[in-house]
Amino acid sequence: MSEEDEFELEPIEILELPLDTWHRDKGARMVEFAGYHMPIQYEGIMAEHIWTRENAGLFDVSHMGQLMLTGDGAAEALEALVPGDISALKEGKMRYSLLLAEDGGVLDDMMITAAPMGLYVVVNGAVKWDDMGYLREYLPDEITINNMEDRALLALQGPKAVDALKRVVPGVDALFFMEAGLFFWGPQTDPEPLWISRSGYTGEDGFEISVPASHAQKLADQLCAQPEVKPIGLGARDSLRLEAGLPLYGHDMNPDIDPIEASAAFAVSKRRRAEGGFFGSDRILNALANGPARKLVGLSVEGKMPVREGAAVFAGAAQVGVITSGGFAPSVGAPIAMGYIDAGHNATGSTLEAEVRGKRVSVTVSSLPFVPHHYHRKGAQT
Amino acid sequence: MTRYFTDDHEWIEVDGDSATVGITDYAQSQLGDIVFAEVPATGATLKKGGDAAVVESVKAASDVYAPVSGTVIEGNGALEGDPALVNSDPEGEGWFFKITLSDTSELDSLMDAAAYKAFVDGL
Repeated sequence: MSEEDEFELEPIEILELPLDTWHRDKGARMVEFAGYHMPIQYEGIMAEHIWTRENAGLFDVSHMGQLMLTGDGAAEALEALVPGDISALKEGKMRYSLLLAEDGGVLDDMMITAAPMGLYVVVNGAVKWDDMGYLREYLPDEITINNMEDRALLALQGPKAVDALKRVVPGVDALFFMEAGLFFWGPQTDPEPLWISRSGYTGEDGFEISVPASHAQKLADQLCAQPEVKPIGLGARDSLRLEAGLPLYGHDMNPDIDPIEASAAFAVSKRRRAEGGFFGSDRILNALANGPARKLVGLSVEGKMPVREGAAVFAGAAQVGVITSGGFAPSVGAPIAMGYIDAGHNATGSTLEAEVRGKRVSVTVSSLPFVPHHYHRKGAQT
Repeated sequence: MTRYFTDDHEWIEVDGDSATVGITDYAQSQLGDIVFAEVPATGATLKKGGDAAVVESVKAASDVYAPVSGTVIEGNGALEGDPALVNSDPEGEGWFFKITLSDTSELDSLMDAAAYKAFVDGL
């Protein structure tokens, strides 16, 4: 046997996360991802996935870049490189956005939060060094980019995440989805400030916690001591985000793709649509007005055979697309996929065929997400 | 009956000139939750070391190779409805296919149980 997707060139040095030993002590199987040794699973992807959907899972996402942009006019300057309305972000509010190449291609996806100090930006681990170089090149010199390498990032995700976290860090239950703030953890005489947002990448309610690396293990231990919480690996993180219809950069998005093709039109804010003035705005606004030539869509798969990244998608004899993420969806109980499908074939309900090992399998364009989101939105009825 | 093992983590249990093939307990533990298995069709001709079957975990698809050359007598139909048999009973009910061996001398290059255990312990 051999794993078909195992072959990858190894970087010169694979780095360790602050919680490396902690993961191994918890029985994690470690793999190389984004230049780090990371836990792919502990007890098993299926069990970890279901646990997160029903309880709360703790994910170490410290490989991601945590950047702080400071200096007068940082929001306005960043708007040249992203299509979101960043200058309108009120303190404690966050927004999903996309880092754009000069031609409007997507260089990364990111979370941007208006923090008291400046803009707190979380970027993907695999491209964080490229992002920093790109931001430095295109942002004015007055804007300082601080890579907060001394901080770990933990995500606590699932319907019971709030119950567990508020016991450890009082007050976090006051946050709504896509809000963030400073909270104090530990003894009142010497509390540790934590930057916590109510956000995540599983489709469930949950939090992301920026903690000094020196305190990450203590926090992880306290969280895992809560009855609702188990550590969860990258494997389940991937199946959870796929069910939630959330794209994975480097797979479902890349520099050849623009935000409209990536079905991320929601990330192009109303004011920015009216005003333009960001990289690739002509291409992006044209795609918005006339429809993109291809589009990222969800695909439900007939039968049980997973359809994975790289599989070609056909309408009859003609290839009309390609799968960019696919696998078995534990909460759906069937294979699901996402991929780019050409205009004319990508309407919801369109029936196509994916080719797997020379065989055709029926796939149907389906609305995303595959599993409903359960975010704690402000004003939503719960 | 004698059981042999490959360094690709297949097992083959030989009974005269026919044999049953599956993946080892070590292999299933490395793969994790099995969600799909594709077994060869009856009558298919397999070449030693060639692709014979596919096993898919949540994470990835992997090939199962033919430990020896031969002709497929039967694929394990039970895996279609219950691929997790490969996890729960990899060296029993979770078998992949049965073949008629075309050259029993090919068995000479395979490991016995003790040699395979030593091989896995060294990984």
